[in-house]
Amino acid sequence: MEQVIANGLYLGAQYALIALGLTLIFALMNVLNFAHGQMYVLGGFVTYEVYGLLHWPFVVALVASALTLAVLGALIERFLFRTVIKRSEREESTMLLAAGVAYFLDAAILLLFGEKQRGVHKILNGVFIWDNLILPWDRILVAGLAILFIVAFILMMQFTKPGRAMRALAQDRVAAQLMGVPVAFYGLIGFALGAMLAGLVGGLLVTITGVNSGIGGPISIKAFMMVMIGGAGVVGGAIAGGFILGMLESVGLTVLHAYGDITYLAIFVALMIFLAIRPNGLMGKPWG
Amino acid sequence: MRSRPSSFRFALLGLASVITLAAAAFPADAANKVLKIGFVGVTSGPAAAWGTSNVRSMQTLADWWNSTGGVKIGDDTYDIDVVTFDDQKDPKRAIAGMEKMAQEGIHYVVGPNVDDGAAAVRPVAEKSGIIYFPYAFPKELYTKPAANAVLGMVANYQSGPAIYKYLKENKGVKTIAFVAANESDPLSQRDGGVAAAKALGLDVVADKDTYQNDTRDFTPVLTPIVKLNPDLLVLSGVAPANAPLLIRSARELGYKGLISTETAQDAKVLEEGAGELANGFISVGGASTPEIRSKSMDEFIDRYTKKFGEYNDESNTKIYALQYIVDTLKADPKAIDSIDEFKKTMDSFSAPNPYLKDSSATLHYVGTTSFGQKRQLAVPLVVNEYEDGKFKTLFIANVD
Repeated sequence: MEQVIANGLYLGAQYALIALGLTLIFALMNVLNFAHGQMYVLGGFVTYEVYGLLHWPFVVALVASALTLAVLGALIERFLFRTVIKRSEREESTMLLAAGVAYFLDAAILLLFGEKQRGVHKILNGVFIWDNLILPWDRILVAGLAILFIVAFILMMQFTKPGRAMRALAQDRVAAQLMGVPVAFYGLIGFALGAMLAGLVGGLLVTITGVNSGIGGPISIKAFMMVMIGGAGVVGGAIAGGFILGMLESVGLTVLHAYGDITYLAIFVALMIFLAIRPNGLMGKPWG
Repeated sequence: MRSRPSSFRFALLGLASVITLAAAAFPADAANKVLKIGFVGVTSGPAAAWGTSNVRSMQTLADWWNSTGGVKIGDDTYDIDVVTFDDQKDPKRAIAGMEKMAQEGIHYVVGPNVDDGAAAVRPVAEKSGIIYFPYAFPKELYTKPAANAVLGMVANYQSGPAIYKYLKENKGVKTIAFVAANESDPLSQRDGGVAAAKALGLDVVADKDTYQNDTRDFTPVLTPIVKLNPDLLVLSGVAPANAPLLIRSARELGYKGLISTETAQDAKVLEEGAGELANGFISVGGASTPEIRSKSMDEFIDRYTKKFGEYNDESNTKIYALQYIVDTLKADPKAIDSIDEFKKTMDSFSAPNPYLKDSSATLHYVGTTSFGQKRQLAVPLVVNEYEDGKFKTLFIANVD
């Protein structure tokens, strides 16, 4: 049982970090960023190139992933989403744009990095063994870093000027504008931050799970599940959704393994019932 | 009065006319005929590696032949034009792809890469007079009344028993566990593997464990299996992208037994994804290892690497389909426009295998034992063991 709980917590930490960027972009701009998984993949490939091929320090690779995605996110917001939001009165236009960006990134990543699964050498060797519990040290480190990034993100949103501005923007865009918050600027910062988180977690996890050009879509779907569980646009909800999904997967795969692959079936059924009762998820929108 | 510049212009025009007439009079010398060969398979998404290695093998081989004067079939010389279609692992798109091949008048198509795609294109192929070479294992594709599909590789129900028998006799394997992705190909391969293991008298301790193909962390999937501590863990139908992740998780959880699969893998992917944890991993390959491959295979690998930047070990198997198509057409040039001729020739066809060092090795069609008719390429069944970034040959066998 200790192993099952440890697996769930580890999965939850990485899932929560994946979901954070998605929920941030939704909260700030009301955009369902279908390209979030592709941004994760790109972050993974940047770390693969810098750490795996150039053999630069892992920290440098992580920073490179984060910066690359932050710049890409800012460009996508400035030249695509801002334009579409300004010109279109229909909210689904941004969804179509996000889907288009996802397809574009899928194709571009395949062309740039090829079709093969890529991985890097372990950042830490060895395994922690305690009674029935077995955890490789690199997973412990990655889970620790994921939790550290989540805490840093929450503190930034809570106590810094940009964080307060983005929270105001998420709560009420018009009121924030009337109070003198430069909404366009903080929208751009928020989108860049969301993309940066995707790149960061992609870079972090390439050391454990590797990366390939085809996993963007499935990552996005999982991130949406976490956001639906926790409540769209709520930071606490995304974190809770990540940990709940991680724990459900770990417990389900252990308890139900003798019945074949019904873990996700059970999770989806539970999710449908849950959403019928609480359509806004655990915490709903807006956060504050 | 005619000026000098005018005379010069007339002279030039005259010369151009002579050259044009000469070119029109001897067109055969100017260019070869073109023989179109199709590919319908997956070259995008999570399984892109399977189809991409197909396409790139075909393109490399075609470029090689075309750059050295083309291939002579009967009295004519042809350049090979590979027409490709990405079915995205979607049977509906595979059908559309096969229809496109039919519209282009193509009679020979490599692919699709997966079971449901290969089954879906069967009616189109049979109606349109297309022989296709799937990398899919359902026996009904190759047994009568089906006649147009030719299996392009060794099936798991052919390699699995050979691997389990070898490991039982040489490594003392007694217990075996299976884990597969929850998709039609891996599940059918798992079921075939379970039946083969039981037939050999092995104790199957796990045969229901599955995972979503997009799983990124396999620790929760493998935790209950590792606790059973089987002598052999079989990764049924595992995709190259998932193999290193599964191996790594199993080893990190403390699994000390053997790990094997019946699908072809890539050494570089294993090295990057699992490092030394992948040492001892057993998989099926083509004419891959330096011990058995010929200079022609070395040149193919070299050309492939130059063209695409990096070689894919799966291409050691995927190179064969185009070679078989062209060599069978050479044996019976009438088959270029008649697949009935092709089918007739398959029964007696034999040609030297250019990719094996053994000069007595031949290209020929097999499958009588498994399908009751010759509907399979005789690709060497090479079982490899991964060791420090390379595959080394464990043993070699033949189908039929």
